[in-house]
Amino acid sequence: MTPTLAPSSRVQLTDDGKLRHFLTTEHLPRSLLEDILDTAASFVDVGGRAIKKVPLLRGKTVVNLFFESSTRTRSTFELAAQRLSADVLNLDIAKSATSKGETLLDTLRNLEAMAADMFVVRHQDSGAPFFIANEVTPSVAVINAGDGRHAHPTQAMLDMYTIRHYKGGFAGLKVAIVGDILHSRVARSQVHALNILGAEEVRLIGPKTLLPVDAEALGATVFTDMAQGLKDVDVVIMLRLQKERMDSALLPSEGEFFRLYGLNNDKLQFAKDDAIVMHPGPINRGVEIASEVADGPRSVILNQVTFGIAVRMAVMSMAISGQDSDSNALAASAENMEGAGGARGQR
Amino acid sequence: MASANRNRAHILIRKGRVIDPASGRDDVADLLIENGRLTRIGASLDAPGADIVEAEGHWVLPGLVDACVHLSLPGSGRTGDIASETRAAAAGGITHLAAQPDCGPVDSTAVVRLIREQAGQAGFARIMPIAAMTQGLLGEQLAEMSTLARAGCIAVGNAGGKVANALVLKRSLEYAATFDLPVMFRPQDSALSVGGCAHEGPVATRLGLPGIPAVAESVDLSRDLLLVEATGVRAHFQQISSRDSLRLLRAAKRRGLPVTADVSIQHLLLDESALEGFNSHCHVIPPLRSAEDREALLEAVADGTIDAICSQHTPIGSSSKAAPFPATKPGMAGVDVLLSLVLQLVDDGKLDLLRALDAVTAAPARCLGIQAGQLETGRPASLCVLDPVGVKDLREDWLSAGNNSPWRHAQLKGSVKLTVCQGKVSWLSD
Repeated sequence: MTPTLAPSSRVQLTDDGKLRHFLTTEHLPRSLLEDILDTAASFVDVGGRAIKKVPLLRGKTVVNLFFESSTRTRSTFELAAQRLSADVLNLDIAKSATSKGETLLDTLRNLEAMAADMFVVRHQDSGAPFFIANEVTPSVAVINAGDGRHAHPTQAMLDMYTIRHYKGGFAGLKVAIVGDILHSRVARSQVHALNILGAEEVRLIGPKTLLPVDAEALGATVFTDMAQGLKDVDVVIMLRLQKERMDSALLPSEGEFFRLYGLNNDKLQFAKDDAIVMHPGPINRGVEIASEVADGPRSVILNQVTFGIAVRMAVMSMAISGQDSDSNALAASAENMEGAGGARGQR
Repeated sequence: MASANRNRAHILIRKGRVIDPASGRDDVADLLIENGRLTRIGASLDAPGADIVEAEGHWVLPGLVDACVHLSLPGSGRTGDIASETRAAAAGGITHLAAQPDCGPVDSTAVVRLIREQAGQAGFARIMPIAAMTQGLLGEQLAEMSTLARAGCIAVGNAGGKVANALVLKRSLEYAATFDLPVMFRPQDSALSVGGCAHEGPVATRLGLPGIPAVAESVDLSRDLLLVEATGVRAHFQQISSRDSLRLLRAAKRRGLPVTADVSIQHLLLDESALEGFNSHCHVIPPLRSAEDREALLEAVADGTIDAICSQHTPIGSSSKAAPFPATKPGMAGVDVLLSLVLQLVDDGKLDLLRALDAVTAAPARCLGIQAGQLETGRPASLCVLDPVGVKDLREDWLSAGNNSPWRHAQLKGSVKLTVCQGKVSWLSD
């Protein structure tokens, strides 16, 4: 009897298919991703109002649990939570508890005691938010803000929002993702989301040292040549190249990388005339992207940031509402059991 | 329940199906154990005054020989102790265990003595320590292999620890060959596997887990084989996990090199897909590889390219498994389920019964160069009586202190009724 192992997607949804945790875009239903985009659309205007708040998370406590430091992502989550009227607690774990030898599980137990409603988690280890979602009290929502090389689903969804905003939808779209695919959690989440939302083709472009083995398994076609990979694409997503890749013998130099894979106007010629250029940021000018492109008319990089807050508001409000409906359902079933005269306690 | 060290003068096991892969015997017979020795195997034996064990419908097998376990000693970072783990082994029909030198490490006679003393006091199974090949397993200076062998070690090995360079390795092998000590290899190139925690393949790519490529094993294995050939040392390769390694092993065996190999039971039942959902119980080294690798390993066991199946038992405390996948300690507890899982492979039509049982009895004994794993009259009895269709409900019957197994709550076929280790009853179920 081989053990049966729960598929990763089941953790994220309530029994009736609502979002409970947001850990990965992989295996989620298309309707749910569309819900996230539609909900985000309703929040985009909130930022433009005189009073930038809606009361959806009033009385809820959101804990930003960052085991890996990140000012930008954490700030957008913080802003998103505040605009939903939540109380926000920022914990920079990288510098505190675990460095004193406390295990992750002990840290979580302590935080649970603070009656948090949501953990926004960034962690250097792939799968950490899954572990946290499985270990915490069921009523605490977990949002993945980036785990190892695995997933960065809110970043991917804000990218999807941006694409839909400029392209009107996903049908027939060819999207190229360029650069350090191997280490990129963003790329992985983007590929899954694009496939679920019905893009025609997702392409991954990079040298073999920066492409994961069996990259096709993600649901993408793989190119090592920029001209071929960019041919007739509607969207180009450039990834950030970390400086330390040179030290681990993955690349010879930034210069050679830029010559081969850096996006400049010449290479952009291969894409469609109305192709847009995206980048999750922060950008390395002259390494993966030339200033002429980053600041050029096709670049939508800055708009991505604006949409990022709305998308995170959408995900947070949906997860809390999924959690609330889940705990109501639990309470109801508990009453039913008692009503039926069942003497057995829960668990 | 179990009562260890209960030393009965005479035991008559009646009407069991006696399966002894070493001799090819497979028939219904009685066995008589007198004063700890297996004295007779035959039809309708009579033994007045002997304790009678009715084994009709049950199988009588040689005690299992597990070629690879990781012991729990203080400081090893594992849970349980020698008593708890050998008791779990006895309940799984295992009588002999070869222990990796990575507890301690086993590079001094004091550690060897400690292991033998604790195993002797517990009395559940015979532990045969493998000595460290280099001091501290650091791969730089030779350990006192001859002295450690005199203290009771049956072989030497470096337990997967990196050996500094080919020169140190060559000299280690030459020195071991001087005393005709078999060398246990666990091939995995350290540079190619650095930071990795999963098979480099589609699942690790999707889950974003740093990979260990199959070639990390075969690169190291091919170098080891060349050095084995050059030094003439007896070599046993442990925990083979990939197809490419099998090609190398077949060629080496064809050339007549003195090499044997084993595979851990989990690599025969699970593949990389078991990691879905970041199941840390399936974090093992070498990693669970592709479905094709798994099929190839099964074929290699069937055709004898791989001689033995081991548990690679590694009991780990729950706190070391309760963390994000890459941060968990690798390893799976296995002695509780080794026999049941081997029987499952037979049920699944992957292995024939005699070969499967050979791979956990006589074959590992051959690999280790020890006298065990067969039903030989005139020698201390080591055997087990198995109810092949009885259910082992691991929710209740799990005995290892390590709960780190995907089968921890499974119900498996194959329940051991009686284990006799070197003439003493080491397990008796009620």
